[in-house]
Amino acid sequence: MPTATELKDRIEGALPGARAEIQDLTGGGDHFRAEIVSDRFAGLSRIDQHKLVYDIFGTEIGGPIHALSLKTSTPEG
Amino acid sequence: MTDTTETQIREFLEKSIEENEVMLFMKGTPNQPMCGFSARTAAALGALDVRYAALDILPDPRIRQELSELSGWPTIPQLFVNGKLVGGADIVTEMYETGELAELLGTDQPAADEAPEAPAAEAPQSAPLGLENRLR
Repeated sequence: MPTATELKDRIEGALPGARAEIQDLTGGGDHFRAEIVSDRFAGLSRIDQHKLVYDIFGTEIGGPIHALSLKTSTPEG
Repeated sequence: MTDTTETQIREFLEKSIEENEVMLFMKGTPNQPMCGFSARTAAALGALDVRYAALDILPDPRIRQELSELSGWPTIPQLFVNGKLVGGADIVTEMYETGELAELLGTDQPAADEAPEAPAAEAPQSAPLGLENRLR
């Protein structure tokens, strides 16, 4: 079961320079909320921004990570 | 429905996306959503008073599997407009709040006090297209 800290480390590791704030919504390690700021999102649609993050976790989303709710933005907003 | 093949499911999904201007894949139905994220997404559409088609992905695990392969999107719900994936619950909710969803769907943003909480009283033509029935 992943922890919020693990998720944060993996997101920030995969997207250099990104800042991720993770909330474990249920405390059960399966419903997370992530707010991520990264300049890698610049010029991408929301769909593509979210896909970039989902791709880090692959099949874990929908598996061990039942839900990962995302809010993505670039440093400039 | 063991006699339904993955290919048939895939073709059915593609057809649903193509034929319905606004197509929502969800867990449960708009009137009886089986997951908070699906409920929130259906409620946003309900609040905008748009007609949409909804498909419950729960009856067969292969529906979700094929849908995610088709869309490249791992989670449910998934909203398609004019054949294009718009997003899941987060994106749809965000777009609802900013008015972008209303704009995309060519409808008016409701007043702020009508925030989406419960499905609209008048449900969309949501008879969850039983895949069994449609795939004969």
